[in-house]
Amino acid sequence: MTETWIILGASSAMGRAFARHAAGTGATVILAARDIEDTRRSAADCKSRGAPQAIAVAFDARKPDSFKPIYELAAAQHGTINAAVFIGSMPDQADIDANPMLGDDTIQDGFTGPVNFLHGLAHLMEERGSGTIIGIGSVAGDRGRIGNYTYGAAKAGFHTYLSGLRNRLTRSGGHVVTVKPGFVDTAMTWGLPGMFLVASPEQVAQDLWRAAEKKKNTIYTPWFWRYIMLIIRSIPEMVFKKLSV
Amino acid sequence: MLWKETEYNGWGRVLKATGRMARPEKPSALTGIFTENPCPAIGSLRSYGDAALNSDGDAIQMTRLDRFIGFAPETGILEAEAGVSITDILSTFSPQGWMPAVMPGTGFATLGGCIANDVHGKNHHGAGTFGDHIESIELLMADGKVKRLSANRNKDLFRATIGGLGQTGVILSARIRLKPCSSRMIQVDERRADSLAEFMGMLETSTATYCVGWIDATAKGSALGRGILEEAELTSSNMTPKLRKARKIPMDAPSFALSPPTVRVFNKAYFNRIPEQGRGVLRSLEDFFFPLDKIHDWNRLYGKRGFHQFQCVLPDETAEETLTEMLRRISNSGLASPLAVLKRTGSGNAGHLTFPIKGFTLALDFANANGAEELVRGLNRLTANAGGRIYFAKDSLATPEDVAGMFPEMADWQQIAGTADPNRSFETDLTRRLKIRGKK
Ligand SMILES: Cc1cc2nc3c(=O)[nH]c(=O)nc-3n(C[C@H](O)[C@H](O)[C@H](O)COP(=O)(O)OP(=O)(O)OC[C@H]3O[C@@H](n4cnc5c(N)ncnc54)[C@H](O)[C@@H]3O)c2cc1C
Repeated sequence: MTETWIILGASSAMGRAFARHAAGTGATVILAARDIEDTRRSAADCKSRGAPQAIAVAFDARKPDSFKPIYELAAAQHGTINAAVFIGSMPDQADIDANPMLGDDTIQDGFTGPVNFLHGLAHLMEERGSGTIIGIGSVAGDRGRIGNYTYGAAKAGFHTYLSGLRNRLTRSGGHVVTVKPGFVDTAMTWGLPGMFLVASPEQVAQDLWRAAEKKKNTIYTPWFWRYIMLIIRSIPEMVFKKLSV
Repeated sequence: MLWKETEYNGWGRVLKATGRMARPEKPSALTGIFTENPCPAIGSLRSYGDAALNSDGDAIQMTRLDRFIGFAPETGILEAEAGVSITDILSTFSPQGWMPAVMPGTGFATLGGCIANDVHGKNHHGAGTFGDHIESIELLMADGKVKRLSANRNKDLFRATIGGLGQTGVILSARIRLKPCSSRMIQVDERRADSLAEFMGMLETSTATYCVGWIDATAKGSALGRGILEEAELTSSNMTPKLRKARKIPMDAPSFALSPPTVRVFNKAYFNRIPEQGRGVLRSLEDFFFPLDKIHDWNRLYGKRGFHQFQCVLPDETAEETLTEMLRRISNSGLASPLAVLKRTGSGNAGHLTFPIKGFTLALDFANANGAEELVRGLNRLTANAGGRIYFAKDSLATPEDVAGMFPEMADWQQIAGTADPNRSFETDLTRRLKIRGKK
């Protein structure tokens, strides 16, 4: 059975690592990202690593016009269509506080963009009667914190959408995995103070692949974040509202 | 973020630097940095001393620019970004029948690092250095412009960049010629050599494609210089290699781990493991070429104080006499570790500063214990006096005087590097320590 993976945010470190992993298993990859020139290079990389086809395509979560060509590319592939969503942006919360409209970008990148994209794809997956969606959420979506609550809120919304979509696609043989990564060693976290237990993008990519194979519903990666977040969620709001974690 | 304030060290963990480091994930991010702030590139920091350290400014780590750009299965020519690791090339292309023509003893080394140190492998006597297998290089210059270099185009700069310690600019990508490999396994024959003279004779007459010697640097008297010769040929075995999982050294080892009695006992057992009549084994390419890579962070075995590596190459005329004196000093000092290698080198000069010359190369680790620095300084002087060279990728203790006469093409190189980088933006701790760039 031929497999195709659409990878949104393919030029992010995690997206790249996942695309390579998929290519290594012999899947066709459709790499979608804003920087098309760089994405073409990633496509060449995936071809060398075993993808029978690797297609670069422009995608911008804030430009719904960019969605349709990707649906068409996917529809032209035989077999199972899968998608992995690695987009999101996390400006400093202080910048958003100073310029509230900035929050809208974060919401489009992390929530409305991916949700609208996946919604347009879902019926194709239903038609094929198979396929997995991997949605990258965040531990930041588990509880609003002073440091990044606009980002966290966008991710929380995304989590809720994913669980609904899982409920829907299960009926036609599809599946949805919600992923909540902790700190990952990417350009976004490079040099940020307070990073600990940082996972490599390759580690995360492996976790994602395994979770998709085992049809997990929600995973934390690395796994111990489940327990860190369990603790953070269990702090009573009366106490939590005064903390700056 | 773009910059990270960090402390980093050479593989030997003795020399360290503190400064800002960027780790771009796209070539465009790198060119962006260069418009304001050209600074040296570094790879996986597998050089032992200070070749990849810059205490005097910023550095750019290339490891995230690690994509294959194109591969032509008819010719075996691979184009890749400079941060690609040698292991990545080997494990991706050996199933397709191709492998790097030259590989250093660690697969973690990057393409850029292998060019900048013009590394050699266990097949140097036949295949030359890494630089002998390069079609072209894309170089980001100090002024932010990108130049393509090859044997025909910008050929002086091409040669100056091979083995050029990053001093001409940042290698963005390169096209290299892979060599065919019939399987992912290699046939290795191991034989004992009971003395230095016998060992050198065996190395000299070996006709194997890959040939390397492990040397027992604790042996004395008539056993001085004894060791094990490994000769290897690619095979057409259909077996799929069973790759062992990498392990990690979780903490610095206590100092007795590699103390003289432990090393003596270990070396003896290691030597006697090979039956007198020799033996043949089939190994995976990874196991044979990168024996230490299975243990991540093995450099922590030497404890907190780290270790020095010494590597020299000696011309045939002086090799036996000098090696005898070196090994005598080393075994008397009781400072040697089990990691000691003796190899034959061929001729070749892919770059102006390429390390190997025709002769023999000796490489050893010394824990950074009392007396080790003195010992290595003495070995550096012996090398200089014997008309040999020390290897910049390994060195942490040589002086400008030691290296002054070692590279006949040094002045030409300095001129080319000076034109490419007039403000000396790419100097590293090593080039400053050894005054390699010459007078301003
Ligand atoms: C276990 C072990 C075994 C080894 N065996 C061998 C061996 O058999 N033969 C051998 O020759 N060497 C050997 N080495 C040394 C190693 O191959 C070299 O030091 C190599 O250069 C390391 O590559 P790196 O990517 O880590 O580069 P680094 O050590 O990070 O950098 C090395 C030099 O390359 C420059 N550089 C790196 N990337 C770029 C770039 N993109 N553009 C411009 N300049 C750049 C740096 O400025 C620096 O001068 C060994 C090292 C280890 C740890």
